[in-house]
Amino acid sequence: MEAFSLLGQGMLVALQPMNLLFALVGVFLGTAVGVLPGIGPALTVALLLPVTYKLDPAGSLIMFAGIYYGGMYGGSTTAILINTPGESASMATALEGNKMAKAGRGGPALATAAIGSFVAGTVATLGLTFLAPWLVEIAVKFGPEDYFALMCVAFITVSATFGDSPIRGLTSLFIGLTLGLVGIDKLTGQARLAFGVPELLDGVEVTTLAVGLFAIGEALYVASRRHHTEEKLEAIRGSLWMTRQDWKRSWAPWLRGTLFGFPIGALPAGGAEIPTFLSYSTERRLCKYPEEFGKGAIEGVAGPEAANNASAAGTLVPLLTLGLPTSATAAMMLAGFQQYGLNPGPLLFAEKPDLVWGLIASLFIANTMLLLLNLPLVGLWVKLLSIPQPWLYAGILVFATMGTIAAKPSVIELSMLAVFGVMGFMMRRFDFPIAPVVVGLILGPVAEVQLRRAMQISLGDPMVLLESPISATLLGVALIALVAPFVLRGLGRFKASGD
Amino acid sequence: MRSLTQSLFVTALFAAALTTGLASPAAAQMELKIMAPAAPGGGWDQTARSMQQALNAEKLVKSSQVINVAGAGGAVGLAQFINGAKGDGNQIMVNGFVMVGALLLNKSPVTLDQVTPIARLTEEIEIVVVPANSPIKNAKDLAAALKENVARVTWAGGSAGGVDQITAALFAQAVGADASKVNYVAFSGGGESLAAILGGKVTAGISGWSEYEGQVKAGKLRAIGVTSEQRIPGVDIPTFKEQGVDLVIANWRSVMAPPGISAEQKKNLIELMDKLTKSAAWKEQLKQKGWDDAYISGDAFGAFLKKEIARVNDVLKSVGLVKS
Repeated sequence: MEAFSLLGQGMLVALQPMNLLFALVGVFLGTAVGVLPGIGPALTVALLLPVTYKLDPAGSLIMFAGIYYGGMYGGSTTAILINTPGESASMATALEGNKMAKAGRGGPALATAAIGSFVAGTVATLGLTFLAPWLVEIAVKFGPEDYFALMCVAFITVSATFGDSPIRGLTSLFIGLTLGLVGIDKLTGQARLAFGVPELLDGVEVTTLAVGLFAIGEALYVASRRHHTEEKLEAIRGSLWMTRQDWKRSWAPWLRGTLFGFPIGALPAGGAEIPTFLSYSTERRLCKYPEEFGKGAIEGVAGPEAANNASAAGTLVPLLTLGLPTSATAAMMLAGFQQYGLNPGPLLFAEKPDLVWGLIASLFIANTMLLLLNLPLVGLWVKLLSIPQPWLYAGILVFATMGTIAAKPSVIELSMLAVFGVMGFMMRRFDFPIAPVVVGLILGPVAEVQLRRAMQISLGDPMVLLESPISATLLGVALIALVAPFVLRGLGRFKASGD
Repeated sequence: MRSLTQSLFVTALFAAALTTGLASPAAAQMELKIMAPAAPGGGWDQTARSMQQALNAEKLVKSSQVINVAGAGGAVGLAQFINGAKGDGNQIMVNGFVMVGALLLNKSPVTLDQVTPIARLTEEIEIVVVPANSPIKNAKDLAAALKENVARVTWAGGSAGGVDQITAALFAQAVGADASKVNYVAFSGGGESLAAILGGKVTAGISGWSEYEGQVKAGKLRAIGVTSEQRIPGVDIPTFKEQGVDLVIANWRSVMAPPGISAEQKKNLIELMDKLTKSAAWKEQLKQKGWDDAYISGDAFGAFLKKEIARVNDVLKSVGLVKS
């Protein structure tokens, strides 16, 4: 295998002490930044770009890779501990992770996130090493109609999975879809639902919505319940580490999450959100302890976290092979490449093999470093939860507000955060699931644009959705996902009456 | 006391100017604020940061700082610049061709007439490509396809109202097809459109030359033509002009000063840009980023800007994006 010897050479580049140091700095910065909601890895890379100008290309790209992986991981820590996802991709992690943390199982939740990220990152980087040229051929075959079909799968699984009833799930989803309409329409450039406020022309920021709904809403809810029944927060119950059973319940979700994350991340318009939610829905279906879901099931942390990190490796496939940046951070890394006069694309592997393979090798190293950095910190992080509740939630409010201001210093942004906070509180109070709102906001505009593009290219012929084999298959899956629960329930009744 | 420190300061200024031997002490002491009316990472932000690096490296200013104000294709930043920096000779804003269309589309209450044009710095040539296996070989084939059925020819490019869409419309106009029926599919940036072109989902793609350079050189995309007056040096792709299509356009980026600055302040800023664009550090930045030097300043730039605004306005009206 040629790839092995090339990877070996790459390892030699990445293992130079200076490059190891860059990887460590990157991983550390990435984690720190990922923890703060609002400041994502993309912003960090953007700000560090001029600083690294004087470094050699290999070193600084290795550092960027560290930031990328670190940021992906760091977001999960706050998601689990204080229900504040650092970025949209760690939202699914917050769902079960925070419940686990509240039940005193924050240690195992953080550990399964860390190890899952490591496993997924490593497997996905292997995939990047060996499958990249082949995967990219498939990825560019994905047309607008196929993306639309993929979104349909995500919508249906998500709204069917969250909440006590599909109606409540769908209601939440539609709130999100409506919020997704705000701003300039991407195809015609017309403003929608912006009410003449220039800040709204760019649409609703996902992190503002997520932080408002999750963190602020939660803080308000806890405050409102304080005089009724005081929720007992236990910092640690049982082992701080994963038990044998935790391991048994985690390994399969890790691998399944990777299977979702890597290929979807490799799609030019795939992203990290769809795989995390698909993974969450799948684990919920497959889990042997379905009653635990919604109360802190470890599978619900293990799967999405793995999917999240695997998709991060996936985005590097189109970046390195096509020069296609498919996430904000990847776009910044592209700018990083260009800073050194390198143009990622079909020629990069041939022109600068040592650099590319050095980068891939450093991904393995960044992953290992993340694990070494984060596992010992689990004990420390969990201590956060022993802070008295009023202080903890006051802290969360400050933290969430600061993150939002840091990302976008504007009064309108802050007001939106407050409004979403109240909305999150009301939704909790009346038992509507929160995650579908955010899913709607993220995927709604994408689905709309892709559908309209498909229609535009086919000159308005809707049959294009069924003529493409990928799209037809995905729509079939969506249909089955929609109908199957009803059919299965019917069959169950039929059986019961037959007995 | 105050006048004493002031005069001391002025003496120090002169001393500094004398010792460093700079012709314009005002610029060398400038604490320059460069606004990029976009999020970090985009073209305007990169232009601002490249300027910052070159200005600092050549010690042309005392300090320089980049401020990002993202939103609405630059309209949010422009509004803040017009209202907040009025009369301040130490602030500049980066913008470019794309802002002209964005302001029209957004029905922005602030316009480019309100700021003081300083200089055009760079430009990027547009290129039209087709998939390598496309039957379209040159501009004539593309023109023929357009004349047969304008709507059947799908174009992929960047955001609505941007330079790519305007290029598509101007191409159709130039070959005598109905520009209002151009089937332009907007993608967010050259990356996403690239996938659609490589996958053969659209007829043709438009973007800045650097965006497609790798794919063209690797033979995965076929270049149909570039929108410059002359061929790009060292690149064997014909211009549209030599293929008989009268289409010259480039995605330029420029620098503006706030409204209400004095003639002296304006002169200082233009001088600063003169020095910047002549410096080795700036040339190095251009080479790295693949931008072409397109420096014109002062009144020449002001006249150019007026013409471009009129042209964009016409095109956007003819394709129906802006209601007249």
